[in-house]
Amino acid sequence: MYLIPSLIMFGCGVYGFITRKNMIAMLISLELMLNAVDINFAVFNRYLFPAGHEGMFFSLFAIAIAAAETAVAIAIIINVYRVAKKVDINDITKMKF
Amino acid sequence: MEIFSNILIYFVVIPVLTLAGLALTKNKGIDAIRAVAVTGATALVAMALYLVYLFIKARSLGNTDDMILQTSVTWYEPLNIKLALGVDGVSVVMILLSAFIVFAGVFASWKMDPLPKQFFLWFFLLSTGVFGFFISVDLFTMFMFYEVALIPMYLLIGVWGSGNKNYSAMKLTLMLMGGSAFLMLGIIGIYFHSSPEGQPLTMNLLEIAKNDAIPHNWQMYLFPLTFVGFGVLGAMFPFHTWSPDGHASAPTAVSMLHAGVLMKLGGYGCFRIAIFLMPFAAQQLGWIFLTLTGISIVYGAFSACVQTDLKYINAYSSVSHCGMVLFAILMFNHTAMTGAVLQMLSHGLMTALFFALIGMIYGRTHTRDIREMGGLMHIMPYLGVGYVIAGFASLGLPGLSGFVAEMTIFVGSFEHQDMFRRVLTIAATTSIVITAVYILRVVGKLLYGAVQDEHHRTLTDAEPTERISTATLIICVAIIGCFPNFFVDIIRDSFDPVVKALTSVM
Amino acid sequence: MTLLDSTIYVLAIPLFMFLFLGLVGTKMPRKITGVIGVLGMAVTTVLAYAIAFTYFFGDGPQNVDGVYQQLVPTNWTWLSFYADKLVVRLGVLLDPISAMMLVVICTVSFMVHLYSLGYMSDHDGNPEKGFQRYYADLALFTFSMLGLVVSTNIFQMFIFFEMVGVSSYLLIGFYYGLQPANHASKKAFIVTRLADLFFLIGILILSYYTKTFEFINIMGKNGEEVMNAFTSAQGLTFMGCSVTGWALTFIFIGGAGKSAMYPLHIWLPDAMEGPTPVSALIHAATMVVAGVFLVARMFPLYVLEQGAMDIICVVGAFTAFYAAAIACTQSDIKRALAFSTISQIAFMMTSLAVSSAQGQLIGGHEAGLGYMASMFHLFTHAMFKALLFLCAGAIIHAVHSNENSKMHGLHKYMPITSIAFLIGCLAIAGIPPFAGFFSKDEILVACYEKGLGWGLWMSMVAGMTAFYMFRIYYLIFFWKKHEVHGEHAPKDQPWTMTVPLIVLALISCVAGFVPFGDLVTWNGHAIETHMNWTVAGASVAIALVGIGLATVMYRKENPLPDKLATMFKGLWTASYKRFYMDELYQFITHKIIFQGISKPIAWFDRTIIDGFFNLLGNVTNKSSYGIRKMQSGSVQGYVSYYIIGAMLLAAITGAVILCI
Repeated sequence: MYLIPSLIMFGCGVYGFITRKNMIAMLISLELMLNAVDINFAVFNRYLFPAGHEGMFFSLFAIAIAAAETAVAIAIIINVYRVAKKVDINDITKMKF
Repeated sequence: MEIFSNILIYFVVIPVLTLAGLALTKNKGIDAIRAVAVTGATALVAMALYLVYLFIKARSLGNTDDMILQTSVTWYEPLNIKLALGVDGVSVVMILLSAFIVFAGVFASWKMDPLPKQFFLWFFLLSTGVFGFFISVDLFTMFMFYEVALIPMYLLIGVWGSGNKNYSAMKLTLMLMGGSAFLMLGIIGIYFHSSPEGQPLTMNLLEIAKNDAIPHNWQMYLFPLTFVGFGVLGAMFPFHTWSPDGHASAPTAVSMLHAGVLMKLGGYGCFRIAIFLMPFAAQQLGWIFLTLTGISIVYGAFSACVQTDLKYINAYSSVSHCGMVLFAILMFNHTAMTGAVLQMLSHGLMTALFFALIGMIYGRTHTRDIREMGGLMHIMPYLGVGYVIAGFASLGLPGLSGFVAEMTIFVGSFEHQDMFRRVLTIAATTSIVITAVYILRVVGKLLYGAVQDEHHRTLTDAEPTERISTATLIICVAIIGCFPNFFVDIIRDSFDPVVKALTSVM
Repeated sequence: MTLLDSTIYVLAIPLFMFLFLGLVGTKMPRKITGVIGVLGMAVTTVLAYAIAFTYFFGDGPQNVDGVYQQLVPTNWTWLSFYADKLVVRLGVLLDPISAMMLVVICTVSFMVHLYSLGYMSDHDGNPEKGFQRYYADLALFTFSMLGLVVSTNIFQMFIFFEMVGVSSYLLIGFYYGLQPANHASKKAFIVTRLADLFFLIGILILSYYTKTFEFINIMGKNGEEVMNAFTSAQGLTFMGCSVTGWALTFIFIGGAGKSAMYPLHIWLPDAMEGPTPVSALIHAATMVVAGVFLVARMFPLYVLEQGAMDIICVVGAFTAFYAAAIACTQSDIKRALAFSTISQIAFMMTSLAVSSAQGQLIGGHEAGLGYMASMFHLFTHAMFKALLFLCAGAIIHAVHSNENSKMHGLHKYMPITSIAFLIGCLAIAGIPPFAGFFSKDEILVACYEKGLGWGLWMSMVAGMTAFYMFRIYYLIFFWKKHEVHGEHAPKDQPWTMTVPLIVLALISCVAGFVPFGDLVTWNGHAIETHMNWTVAGASVAIALVGIGLATVMYRKENPLPDKLATMFKGLWTASYKRFYMDELYQFITHKIIFQGISKPIAWFDRTIIDGFFNLLGNVTNKSSYGIRKMQSGSVQGYVSYYIIGAMLLAAITGAVILCI
């Protein structure tokens, strides 16, 4: 039952990540996918291996790391914005070279 | 180190030293560059002549080894790769040929512009590869030197060439690389079957031949691979198309070296690796390649008849003449194979002469289209006479090298018992008429007749350095043509092992 | 060392002269090179005479009990094919025919050298360019031709066949600035080269079976083994004929190319573009008889192969008639003489071919009569044809044209030339006591012995010979008054040019009395010759008829020739156009070989083969471009590919699991 929202969340995340051009929006989609995975961890832990708590811990770790990663990503985006004055992914091609 | 007590290694050392010398010269110091290049080339000629002397002395003292001056130094232990040196009669004359062509090539590119220093650097790197190939008897080192000789070609044509040079350089390099891909497969295959069960594998040609351990079914795969691999370089039909474009775009000295020496690597490799190591497959599959080379001979000659660019004519003529080399090698008897080596010598010198002269003519008239030229004999008699002599050598005038080579090939090929081969021989002999047709056509249009373009009247005849270059080659061509037995005696016994191997699997 | 051992110097001197004049000559004044050339040739000639005299009349190993032997004073190994089985040697072989040829070549060559001093000194008033080159080439030719006749083996002969071909090429193309000379030289070389190809194939076949190249093995005493090999090879057949028959026919084709037999004759008339002394030397007296000489050399083998002999006989007889028919209408005097040469050489060929099986007596004559007659005619023909050509050269030098319409009535202006030409004409027509009478008579006798038909045919051609020679003679020297163009009337030429004419005219008068039957026979034994007065009388009568006809038609200007020409318009035009053989060849070479074979091959090469490799390159290139698009650097793109891939993978895995 709990898998359905997580599936929907993941689907939204993938869709958003592929279609959005704004880097902030892509970041949000990324977070959505991560959280969907977190939910899955928790759910599977709860129903399949009720004796252990590794799944729960893993989702906690993932949340923590996601927070750190978001911070880094936001920092990069802001810096890019300062240089390029835009956050559209298709226009930021300078770093390829 | 013991390897340095062998004279052969100096054929690689001298070009490398020349390279170093060139590297030390200044970009603008044209005199210094020339001096270094000429010194290197002269040293090579002297060494080659000395080697011939050594070889004849060794043979007259009763040394009947397959190869003389053998040395072997381990290079890479785990794969049993060695730097193994050794020469027989065929390699000796090929080295002699290469030395003379390098010598003539240096003089032919006297006024190389731009970047003379870099040009000579690549030029001598190429020669290093060529000499290294001829002196080694280890498959790995041979292959390595083979690649060393091929790669500089790309830059030499791409940078100093003319016309559609990028295309030609690319095409030439890619097709030859394709050939060496086949070749490498073949060599690796040979390596893994080089010894009987339980003994260490080897890359040494002579050992492989002695072991004779390549299973017959494997030979049937490996022989075509190696033969085609070298055949591409030997301009075998239908893998010859790099030759016209490549030659047309290459600068003079590079054309000389390429047609004169590099294409000989193909024939030499076919004989030394493909046929020598895999006699069974050679006997079985020989007819396929014989047909292909037979086609090359006639096809190249016919194609040359209608070309209008001097270099294209020569390139197609090379296809025809080099086809003759492979054709004769596939006849598997002493006479024809001797003829093949003579043809390599003859074709090398004569084509180098042709390309040198074409380069000089092009340098003056700035066109290579025979329709735009005429009556050049009135204006530049020296070059004209040189061209006529080269033409006569090409169409097989007695007293010049072509005749000796072709006749030896024809007589040798006809000695073969097989009716198929004799009929092919007769078909191949028709090329002497077609050759006459296209050579005389060019001579008639280019040199005789009235002066086509009035601007050409102001042109000058050959300069001293150009005269040195062409005269060297003309004298070599005449010497082979007048005293062929000297060369035949050097070459002939070298075929004993091959022919023995071939007859044992009949 | 006897004189005969020094024969090699006869070759060495011209070779040295060639190298010397070719390399150093251009730096020297023209006069001096010319004189050096003539002197060199004079020394050679004296030496050659001495050798021939010693050979025929001296005592020594060459003459055992009145039978002339073959001597090999010099023989060097030049190129050995494997196992010393087949070895090409360069050497000197002396026997009756080579000794005779030494005399012929040296005489004519010396005369031509001398004559050229005058002829080549100017070209339409300007000093001749390339005078030194001319003498160098002449020396090269003389060397090659001498080398050819003294060949010890068939391969040496092939070598010198090529060499004379090249020197002929160089000399025909002497005026290389002019397009006709250029084309003619090319044509001559290629046609003879084609013939040489057959010669080579013939050599290959023959040497394969006999395992030798040496003539001495074919003809000498120790030739048993070779002869056995040859006769056993006769049993082998290829496409219905014996292999030896094929070989000898091919060798004959080689000779036919040089000797301008139909249908390989087309180069000879065009070769007249060369300087006239060259035509006299190469294309009348010496090189063109190389084919006859070749067949004569191989005669002991040919007599064993009757089929090949029949082919030669038919070709010879046809060519004799064909060329004579064309010679009747040509307006260019050199061309007319060229066709006359072809016809006369065909006489020699036929004569060789009718001379058959050894040892038998036919009609009171020994079978070797035809051989002897052929060599005799070769000798006399060389002299009088050289004479005719040198006369023609003198005339051309005087009037600056080859066309007989520009000549007419020259007898008054050039009496010496006129008389010399007349002697030549009488000699070729076969009027006693001039040289041609004796040799042609022997040929006709030999032909009648072969069969009445052959004899009548050749007699008819002999009559035509007389007719067309006198036609030329009258058209040049009589017909009507000469119209003098420009300020100079034509006159007899300086002594360098008239002396050779007089000498050759004298030789033409007396050469017939040389006892050839005693000297030159195929096996060295002297043969009995006696006049067959029936044949001789008949042939003189026919010749007189021919001359009479020519006198009626061409002595004085009259409309008869034109009337006849219009009456037989088709025939006349065909003959004038040389029966369209040149057009046929032109069609074959240009339309078939160039357009039909070479062009398609070149196209095939550029389009199909090259196209295939280009296609290979392009496909690689294009597909790389295609794949490159995927590597866009856009993360979103990668993610999409990833998702699609993952889903596909999942689907496939699922499907596989379900199936199992």
